[in-house]
Amino acid sequence: MEKDGEPSTINDLPSTVWKALAAVPDPEIPVVSITDMGMVREVAVDGGRVIVTFTPTFSGCPALHVIRDSIEQAVRDLGVAEVEVRSTLTPPWTTDWINDDARERLRQYGIAPPAPAEHGLIQLDVEPTRCPRCGSLNVRMTASFGPTLCKRMYVCDACREPFEGFKSV
Amino acid sequence: MTAATTALTPTQQAALIRKLTALADDEIILAHRGGEWTGHAPILEEDIALANIAQDELGHAGLYLELRRALDGSDPDRLAFFRGAPEYTCARLVELPKGDWAFTMLRQFLFDASEALWLEAATRSTYAPLAEVAAKAVREEKFHLQHTALWVERLALGTGESERRLQAALDELWPHAAQLFQPVEGEEELVQAGLLPDLNAVHTRWQALVTRQLIEKCGLKLPAAFPDPAGRDTHTEHLAPLLAEMQSVARAHPEAETW
Repeated sequence: MEKDGEPSTINDLPSTVWKALAAVPDPEIPVVSITDMGMVREVAVDGGRVIVTFTPTFSGCPALHVIRDSIEQAVRDLGVAEVEVRSTLTPPWTTDWINDDARERLRQYGIAPPAPAEHGLIQLDVEPTRCPRCGSLNVRMTASFGPTLCKRMYVCDACREPFEGFKSV
Repeated sequence: MTAATTALTPTQQAALIRKLTALADDEIILAHRGGEWTGHAPILEEDIALANIAQDELGHAGLYLELRRALDGSDPDRLAFFRGAPEYTCARLVELPKGDWAFTMLRQFLFDASEALWLEAATRSTYAPLAEVAAKAVREEKFHLQHTALWVERLALGTGESERRLQAALDELWPHAAQLFQPVEGEEELVQAGLLPDLNAVHTRWQALVTRQLIEKCGLKLPAAFPDPAGRDTHTEHLAPLLAEMQSVARAHPEAETW
């Protein structure tokens, strides 16, 4: 167990790095961090070098370079001189990796958390979504694309609240 | 050379590079056409939606060109911004001017359906880097397909004018759509080796999907198709002006490193 204010020993460096990355916000949804989102896949320590592997949410996400820079900076701030940030596509990111705590914070922020993802089928139907404000399923999708690649726009017909919903990927 | 690429014969590698480039070129050019609606779409939500779709397609082009970079070291930005029309290998379907909203939505629907089905099949590629890219991209593509399928339905069953415009778009686009299923040189060998999806099988599934949507659901009439047999090295007169605009900044500042 490490004590507050004491520098961590080399042995628990990976967990220190994970903790630091847990404080890096998603640049487009600041109430959740990149670890909440399941984007950080691996932290490896090789001598004095730290290698962080992350996976992009959407391949065309314009925030990727910001995330990459933030990861590097967060690890450097721990006093690590050599940091390598790698990206991987495998396994592909899924909204199923967003943890329960983060889902609740998304909901409180006004974003409907994603439904469980179904893979394998190419289907033309849209998954059911619940209003983050009143919980009703009586919602209408008003736009299948929103202000960021990962969200869609809805209106709740029960409480009249317009809201954003996470795509289920 | 990674372990995944050493198993390719030189012929296979050359064919794979041709295929990856053709896939990327389709995405880049269609993304540009989609981007031409930015600030001009009929409603704000659709302006945003098309920009989102275009952004995804550019993301996919980036993935394909990174696969090519792993094979021959070529730089994706150089390929996108410093090749002229004769070197581009996009299908003529994606070059055609953006037309009206019906034309734009129908073209995107025909393309999205082919891309989604091809990617779904490509997730089973024996070439691991491609299977990985396909698994990533297919999840994004399904949102495009849902969106454009809905628009096609809305226009077909909307007003007399929207139906007329959609049918006119189908008459113009249908012969060009077949070109998406023309193999590149050497593609058959890669299909036999399990590296690429069987294009004929994808074509059959595509035909069933779009027929179900356009004919059974929307009541459109399929025009008689006389597919243009010319290959991907033959372009319409619309490609060169598109590239001139798309590449103007990069060519004006060829040494720029950050955009």
